[in-house]
Amino acid sequence: MVGTNVKLLTLTGSESLEESLEYCREIVEDAEYPTVRRWRATGGKVLGHFQVYFPEELAHAAGMLPVKLRGAQVECREADSHFGSYLCAIIRSSLEVVLTDRLKLDMFVTHPICDVARNLAGIWARNCPEPAQILYLPQNPNSRHSLDYLTEEYRRVLDDIEEIVGRTVSDDDLRSSIAVFNENRQLLRELYAIKRDTPWLLPVHEAYILVALGGLIQRDEHNEVLRRLIPLIRDRDSRKQDKLRVVFEGGFCEQPPLDLLREIAHFCYVVDDDLLIGLRWILEDVDREGTPLKNLADAYLNKSSYSPVQHDLRKPKEKMLLARIREAEAEAAIVSAAKMCEPGLDEQVPYSEALDEEGIPYFLTEFEERMTSFDHLQIQLETFVENVVFAAPGADGAGLQLVIPEGVS
Amino acid sequence: MTVATPSPIVGRGARDGADLFRDWYGDLTQASARGEKAAYAFVMGSMVELLRSFDMNVVFPEINSLQTAVRRVSDEYLSEAEDHGFSPDVCGYVKADYALQLRGGEHPMGRIPQPSVAVLTNACNTYLKWGEIWERMYDVPMITVDVPGTRGAGMKPSARGFERDRLYVEQQLREAIEVLEEVTGRPFDIDRCRDVMRLTNEMNRDWRRVLELNRNSPAVYDAMMDGTVYLGVANALRGTEQGAAYFKDLVEELEYKVEAGIGVLPAVDNGSKREQRLIFVGVPCYPIFRRFSELFSEWGGVFVSSTYTWFASGGLDVNFDYDLERPIESLAEGLLLGVQRAVDAMLFHDTALLEAIDEFDADGVVYHPIKSCRTVSTGLADSRRQVLDNRDVLCLYIESDMMDKRVVSEAQLKNRIDAFFEGLDSRALRRASAAAGGAS
Repeated sequence: MVGTNVKLLTLTGSESLEESLEYCREIVEDAEYPTVRRWRATGGKVLGHFQVYFPEELAHAAGMLPVKLRGAQVECREADSHFGSYLCAIIRSSLEVVLTDRLKLDMFVTHPICDVARNLAGIWARNCPEPAQILYLPQNPNSRHSLDYLTEEYRRVLDDIEEIVGRTVSDDDLRSSIAVFNENRQLLRELYAIKRDTPWLLPVHEAYILVALGGLIQRDEHNEVLRRLIPLIRDRDSRKQDKLRVVFEGGFCEQPPLDLLREIAHFCYVVDDDLLIGLRWILEDVDREGTPLKNLADAYLNKSSYSPVQHDLRKPKEKMLLARIREAEAEAAIVSAAKMCEPGLDEQVPYSEALDEEGIPYFLTEFEERMTSFDHLQIQLETFVENVVFAAPGADGAGLQLVIPEGVS
Repeated sequence: MTVATPSPIVGRGARDGADLFRDWYGDLTQASARGEKAAYAFVMGSMVELLRSFDMNVVFPEINSLQTAVRRVSDEYLSEAEDHGFSPDVCGYVKADYALQLRGGEHPMGRIPQPSVAVLTNACNTYLKWGEIWERMYDVPMITVDVPGTRGAGMKPSARGFERDRLYVEQQLREAIEVLEEVTGRPFDIDRCRDVMRLTNEMNRDWRRVLELNRNSPAVYDAMMDGTVYLGVANALRGTEQGAAYFKDLVEELEYKVEAGIGVLPAVDNGSKREQRLIFVGVPCYPIFRRFSELFSEWGGVFVSSTYTWFASGGLDVNFDYDLERPIESLAEGLLLGVQRAVDAMLFHDTALLEAIDEFDADGVVYHPIKSCRTVSTGLADSRRQVLDNRDVLCLYIESDMMDKRVVSEAQLKNRIDAFFEGLDSRALRRASAAAGGAS
């Protein structure tokens, strides 16, 4: 087994917080996937999984590197001809990085999160050498039988992983990986607690970088990075400013450009969000006792967050958003959706209605991962914030709608 | 070429289909007037056998929505939904239904009852979002049956894997029955369910015969235009005596046409021109439905097959008979196979398409991805590349929508379609010339 403790980052541990964040930003934004290249150079195998959630413990326990495919800032010279119009950008750039050999995989897994994502299994099979499949995460988590089904489905995927790595994964291997990921989840919760309680110490784009890094390296190493940086963040010499506390919603799949998040951070404290929610999907420790696959399945179903792409009668999305806003003590919401993202766009309607009913101000917008101009956004967002901050008390929470104009690039 | 003898049964399928459809909407309108409610279901995995065994009115919102486009009023419905915040880029079916609900069920074909329960599968992810809308609007139970699909291209499940999936579906169906008993206040009648399943079995056999008959030349129906009428009856009247009788009659009509050499196009019937045999991939352009069809038929194009008749037939094209001795177990197996077949026809259709090109002796493939449906449309540009690499056919790729006429440009479609047929004609001439040269 290739060691999961192979170091893929070149941090020495003596860098300052700012130097470390800058380095992590470069890694996260590098569409050449340098950490994956280093991993492959050691003989390691790579499992690429499309958004939103994949039980990465399965790959980790088998000694594979689980890599989250979340799109990339690349020009889609190869992939564009494989897709028609009216489709989101993330599928194009995710295929592009593979078709152009920037990212080499040994296995690809997509999910039935939306009608576009599950089509990727067929497209991948026609164009890429690595085996591609759909992990059928249940869309009826309310059934009494979904837990047994999902446990078996994880077993099926693990069988395929074992075939690729050429060895059997034991329950103890899985328990060890669960321990690593439990620690990772705990550290990410700490990161988000900083954002919520002292948002001036950790703006949204920096938190995003630190979370996204986890999708590119082994979690053992990610844990080391977070363990070192979280105290440095807490000790940061940043002063609290009079910024609006907001929740950002709409980043569960296609990711807004980092610059867009930076722009938001100019005007707001993003005290909670659903950015890369799949890496933070499980909200509590996964049990290590008992059957690991069943524990992972149970955590997916019963100890998890929410998103527009999971149907669960226990989690009406608009009520979940209101709870997120309340728990983060946010004053407003940015309700966003990636262009052409059907689940995200569909959800904007009930989100808006619920926020209207509660009198919570919100900013409605769309984004695209390849946006490069944010002038309109800046003006609109500034107007929105001023409107909320300086409006007379008691003014209702009517939303401001900004749709990024066609052709913005 | 045999010139057909006129017979009263020619054209019966189209006439009876339209009549049955009007009657069906009439029944729904009367149910609405009586204050009755309905089970809302979807064409892919409708589970109508269960719903009919409770004698529930069944509403198919997809059919309602497409009918607003065919009747040229979809833009009014879409605008109304967009006024309530829906994006122009989401499914037009959902938006038309949303507006229909706001209008108290008002529909160009009648009045649609409100839901008492929604029944859906994950065959289309938009079904889930759609169901959530009714749940919010009416606070009605939403029965979701999760149907695991094919895991990857060419990945066949082991016997154990298939049984595992079948059992999961069966367990959910049993949970669904509990909810339906609660909603209707009556116990599940397994013998009534058997009766409905028997009628579906009859429809299933005849539906497959209908699809098969178009392998003949000339083609005896247009799989996009006529096929849509047949699909409507297959879904709306699935598991009913009327539906079973309709398809029995339809097979009789089409077999007669095959025997008599009666094709879809008059020129072909007269032997003056060979039809251009096409396969349609996608969902039709309903806002200009008849004109869209004419753009092909004017050039002698006939759709001999359509993936729409594969994925939107509720699994009727699967060679599977319900086992009436073990109805629930068998219903689960049928639902699993039917939904998998439908989803495969959208996600992994390239191999089936290559087979269809051979079986139907197709000259070309027309891809029609649409804004409204990403399940159907996402893989089409890529699948087209696969077909072009593997078969000597011409492929046309045209984009528009099934509901939204704002993205339907008839002039642009015509230009592309004309060029496609010029290509087909030119290729036929080259082949004829090469054959003549070879002969001399």
